[in-house]
Amino acid sequence: MAYSQKVIDHYENPRNVGSLDAQDAAVGTGLVGAPACGDVMKLQIKVSDQGIIEDAKFKTFGCGSAIASSSLVTEWIKGKSLEEAAEIKNTTIAQHLSLPPVKIHCSMLAEDAIRAAIRDYKEKHPSA
Amino acid sequence: MIYLDYNASVPLRPCVKKAILETYDLEGNPSSPHFSGRKVRALIDEARKSLVRGIHGQRLVFTSGGTEANALALSGLGERPLVVSSIEHESVLKAQENPCIARVTTAGIVDLKYLEKLLSSFDTPGLLSLMLVNNETGVIQPLQDAVMIARKLGWKVHTDASQALGHIPLSFEELGVDMMTLSSHKCGGPTGIGALVLKEDLQLLPLIRGGGQEFGMRSGTLAAPLIVGFAAAALEALSEREEQTKRLRELQKKVEEALLMARVHGKESPRAAHVLCLGMPGVSSELQLMSFDLKGIAISMGSACSSGKTKESHVLRAMGLSSEDVQCAIRMSMGWKTSEDDIDNFIKVWNEIFLSQQMKEAS
Amino acid sequence: MVKRPIYLDYQATTPCDPRVLEVMLPYFTEEFGNPHSRSHAYGWKAEEAVDYARKQVAAILSADPREVIFTSGATEANNLAIKGVAHFYKDKKNHIITCSTEHKCVLDSCRHLEQEGFKITYLPVKSNGIIDLDDLRGAITDQTVLVSIMAVNNEIGVIQPLAEIGKICRDAGVFFHTDAAQAVGKIPLDVNAMNIDLLSLSGHKLYGPKGVGALYVRRKPRVRLQALINGGGQERGMRSGTLSTPLCVGLGEACALAQTEMRAESARLKALSARFYEAIQGSLEEVYLNGDANQRIPGNLNISFTHVEGEGLMMGIKELALSSGSACTSASLEPSYVLRALGVEVEMAHTSLRIGFGRFTTEEDVDTAAEMIIKEVGRLRDMSPLWEMSRQGIDIKSIQWAEH
Repeated sequence: MAYSQKVIDHYENPRNVGSLDAQDAAVGTGLVGAPACGDVMKLQIKVSDQGIIEDAKFKTFGCGSAIASSSLVTEWIKGKSLEEAAEIKNTTIAQHLSLPPVKIHCSMLAEDAIRAAIRDYKEKHPSA
Repeated sequence: MIYLDYNASVPLRPCVKKAILETYDLEGNPSSPHFSGRKVRALIDEARKSLVRGIHGQRLVFTSGGTEANALALSGLGERPLVVSSIEHESVLKAQENPCIARVTTAGIVDLKYLEKLLSSFDTPGLLSLMLVNNETGVIQPLQDAVMIARKLGWKVHTDASQALGHIPLSFEELGVDMMTLSSHKCGGPTGIGALVLKEDLQLLPLIRGGGQEFGMRSGTLAAPLIVGFAAAALEALSEREEQTKRLRELQKKVEEALLMARVHGKESPRAAHVLCLGMPGVSSELQLMSFDLKGIAISMGSACSSGKTKESHVLRAMGLSSEDVQCAIRMSMGWKTSEDDIDNFIKVWNEIFLSQQMKEAS
Repeated sequence: MVKRPIYLDYQATTPCDPRVLEVMLPYFTEEFGNPHSRSHAYGWKAEEAVDYARKQVAAILSADPREVIFTSGATEANNLAIKGVAHFYKDKKNHIITCSTEHKCVLDSCRHLEQEGFKITYLPVKSNGIIDLDDLRGAITDQTVLVSIMAVNNEIGVIQPLAEIGKICRDAGVFFHTDAAQAVGKIPLDVNAMNIDLLSLSGHKLYGPKGVGALYVRRKPRVRLQALINGGGQERGMRSGTLSTPLCVGLGEACALAQTEMRAESARLKALSARFYEAIQGSLEEVYLNGDANQRIPGNLNISFTHVEGEGLMMGIKELALSSGSACTSASLEPSYVLRALGVEVEMAHTSLRIGFGRFTTEEDVDTAAEMIIKEVGRLRDMSPLWEMSRQGIDIKSIQWAEH
């Protein structure tokens, strides 16, 4: 399969690989996918008191497109408010990375990961 | 040695040799910097496209040759009535058990009136298989007329065009058939490869199952060098057709005019320019073959298949020739390498054989 | 950074050996005759060449040349063997036994026969990829006409106990067919000693050309087949169509070379495989070999790299030409059915690579490949949430995954 230049770039130089302390009250963690399906994404966000995503980290088990999708969204959500981040759509990710139809699920997973991380953060801050 | 058995196998065209070698080179050494499976696949795609374009086809399934393509065409639609003409190649005649036979006239042409009656006699529409150019006589069948009849009655039509490619104008679209067989080595490509051209909406049951290659109609790893060679041969044959036909027509005429005593079978019908089915009165074909061989000329009695046993041509029998006439017939077939010298030699030897036999009988 | 790709996919296809190609080439050009033409020297020469090739193919199987049928490849040979026997004997018997890890063309032929009303038993394999002979004994009934068990598996390289299977079949009066596409030239085969009745082989899996293969069909006791392709009656009526002289010659030469060089080549490949596997194991934790560790061909390794997804890994080692356990004919994302049949869990099947060494693999290739794989697996594990969790002692299986 031919990967787009952007996928290759993110695969070879993934941005924001790593982990944040999941116990930290400012951190929201999203873990989506399943090993049996061949892809698992962990996306973590660190949110400021003003509700802005200050930092984002990911770890992904999966194909190049899955790695690229998660790497890309960590770049995109940094500096955004939770509301803005929640609006990122898988189609935008897929378009940006020129994902072929068989790899669209990777972008969906990345979208899920953002939402899951935000949900986790919000659960820690019921009032926010 | 003079080779005049092109209908059995055509010598490889030089451009094909080059194409095959280059592909083997590309495929053969995976450790070379230019090796890439993707490149090989692209070559196959390109060959497929150029073949389809060349014959105005739609979909094309590669097979191991004309015989397999015929087998696939005739079995791929599942259980349904099958009508084939009496002069088909054995791979069509024997593809299915007991096909219904459409007879031909003494001119070697399918009897259209009879065909219409025959097809109408079935309760359900089936498949008609009618070859385009006969391999033994070169007679061209009125395929478009047959297609009209078949279509009217809801039948599908397959044609074995193995001997047509490069010899008569060939357009899948214009013929209006549903399936068409092509053979690589009959147009100067390598053996071991052929194709079934078919309409886009036709999905056949596969004969060979497995990985699901060739739109699920024919499994098995594709042989890129053969495919690339096939396409190169077909394209050259197509582009040279007009010029080549003109040249071979002259040679064909020359033989016919020179051999006053020969019977030319199928003469009264439209024929391709590269074949002559010739009867030498009173001289058995076997004796002719031996004598020609001794003089360094390779010809044949008819089809090159079957296992060694010499048997009468079913094509000539179907045209109503007497057993004696059938047993005195030989086939000479020409192609891209055939020269006027070859033909002059053939004429000379034919006359010698005939004359010596006459003298033997006289003494 | 390597400048040239390293080919490690010898189970998918092998390059045509230059020595084979050299022998073939004249038959493309000067010797272009139709081997079935009886009336002139062009035909005779071609026929002679085909006959010689048939002897070479027979020799590597210890068979009689008259028992060798040329086909367009192993796929056709397998189709012909299974459907041909089933159809010929259908009025007497209607049961076929095969195994769940067979090549697609065997399984698909069997599935098709099932639709026609035949009964098929798909034997399971043990966790080492090998069938249980008691299962086979138990599956044979008086309705069984054919047992089709592959000699060597194309994904995991394990060798089935052919001689034992052959004996069981012969004792029970059942025909034994084996798909030996991955075995010919790699392990010694003797159709008589092993009681094999039908055997399929492929040109391009043993350094011969693509587009040709063969089916061995036993004469005594005679096995009969219904042909798939009818017509001119070539190949004893079992396979019509003009034989391709250059392809037959190429297959014959490939068999002859393989026969001569098998011992030395096996030893060399065994050493290469061991060298590779030791390098991998020396540097990486939690790598597992799929399939029996001993009963396997020397040129194949199927390895699971825990917590690293195979397709992702392949992208990182694109200078290596090999297959992942999840790559199929199409862009399907299903993990390999062969690994699943071994009981390899789906998540592990997703982490597998098939690595094939062959005639043109060098020690340097092996070292470079091992180094690249070790480096990339390390990088991807650092990026893998599953690896991180397992390092933290979290049981991956205890997590409720949302399967999608």
